[in-house]
Amino acid sequence: MSIWEYANPKRFMQTTARILPWLAVVAGILVIVGLIWGFLFTPDDFKQGATVKIIYLHVPSAMMAINAWGMMLVASLIWLVRRHHVSALAAKAAAPVGLAFTVIALVTGALWGQPMWGTWWAWDPRLTSFLILTLFYFGYIALWSAIEDPDTAADLTAVLCMVGSVFAILSRYAVNFWNQGLHQGATLSLDKQENIADVFWVPLVVCITGFVLLFVTLVLLRTRTEIRARRLSALLSRERRG
Amino acid sequence: MMPDLGKYAGPVLWSYALGLMILAALVAFSLWQSARIRRALAEVEARVGKSDV
Amino acid sequence: MTALLVRDLRLAFRAGGGFGLGLAFFLMVAVLVPLGVGPEGTTLARIAPGIVWVGALLACLLSLDRIFALDYEDGSLDLLATAPMPLEGVVAIKALAHWLVTGLPLTLVAPLLGVLLNLPAGAYGGLVLSLLIGTPALSIIGAFGAALVVGVKRGGLLLSLLVLPMYVPTLIFGAEVVRRAALGIGLGTPLALLGAITLGAVAILPFAASAALRANLR
Repeated sequence: MSIWEYANPKRFMQTTARILPWLAVVAGILVIVGLIWGFLFTPDDFKQGATVKIIYLHVPSAMMAINAWGMMLVASLIWLVRRHHVSALAAKAAAPVGLAFTVIALVTGALWGQPMWGTWWAWDPRLTSFLILTLFYFGYIALWSAIEDPDTAADLTAVLCMVGSVFAILSRYAVNFWNQGLHQGATLSLDKQENIADVFWVPLVVCITGFVLLFVTLVLLRTRTEIRARRLSALLSRERRG
Repeated sequence: MMPDLGKYAGPVLWSYALGLMILAALVAFSLWQSARIRRALAEVEARVGKSDV
Repeated sequence: MTALLVRDLRLAFRAGGGFGLGLAFFLMVAVLVPLGVGPEGTTLARIAPGIVWVGALLACLLSLDRIFALDYEDGSLDLLATAPMPLEGVVAIKALAHWLVTGLPLTLVAPLLGVLLNLPAGAYGGLVLSLLIGTPALSIIGAFGAALVVGVKRGGLLLSLLVLPMYVPTLIFGAEVVRRAALGIGLGTPLALLGAITLGAVAILPFAASAALRANLR
């Protein structure tokens, strides 16, 4: 059996009905355990003091903000090529989740930066890129709301997602060029020596995993809602036509 | 139990508070939306016929 | 193709076609910013490249919805879509018309704004060059945005929300060219990147825009 069988809405609903509760529980446990571990049971950083604890929210959110858009891109491509409605609706469902993660990344980033950099907001390349990403998310969500016909909306938002992805990546590099920036270098490379120590690393991985599962849970939940909403609107218009 | 956050208590606590609030709001909204649509769909399907989702 | 171009140009230059509007707005920005920021010469000189470029972005935005909306409303867009000329060509021609009517005049008027904003003497060449190379990107990106929202009534604000983030790379590199020209340092890198973005956009976006138009015309 191939993964394409889940593109069938009925199949999708049946399968997700079974796995969703488990996913939600595991996600919840990982997020809670990870955050509590990070908040209560890790030491302070030599340079950054207790603010390093913000990493447990900031990094997973930032990663998911990007990954959510990536998932939307793939789902949009699948819609354009194979016309699977579940795929289009999954992209639509993922956008607010991605937006929420982006906002969390921005807020925690700004709060983390404030004691370090002395300002509430700094036009650091990464923060700026995330600010621009929020605008792309807003535009995508707004376009879905503005178009009445669901298939047309799916087509237009899919094209927007693809073109937007190119420009989002271009912006990232342009913003880097524009400002050499205050961010430290990559935190999560495999070279642990120059990056964060084990004692911070393990709870961080737990949080990241939890956030990934949280994203999947929410997207599946929201896609189910979209599928039902689509069916609802189809039934209502059939009723109206009498 | 609360660790000594020193002078950084403000940013750290606010980060956790706001971050968790946003997540909670997202989850709550998604659950509410799901329940609402489910109810509306059940209503219409009761009127019209059978359900297969 | 030339017939379409001439027709669009004629429509734009007619009364109510909005030709002078973009220019007037552009000028307005150069008047309002000093009023808001203060007349101090060195401040203005430092921010002049950015102001001119942001003004260009906003002025281009104003006339974007006209690219397809009028033809969509009276059915000509359907005819164009089914005509022998490929829709991608139609998009390119319309974007060209938009540039000739908006971007190019902006580029020519920009030195005047430079004077108002106390732009350093050496920067004028870079100003015109960056706008010349960058404004076509604004037109084609704008055409893509216009294609997305052509079916939305009063989609102007949505159009801005969709298009402005996509203008960011052009803005960054364009303004950087002018800044470097003002400082007298090498502007090759941002200029090349600016050009690359314009070329890439012109090559790819007509296809994306036609896909959007076809979706909307169905």
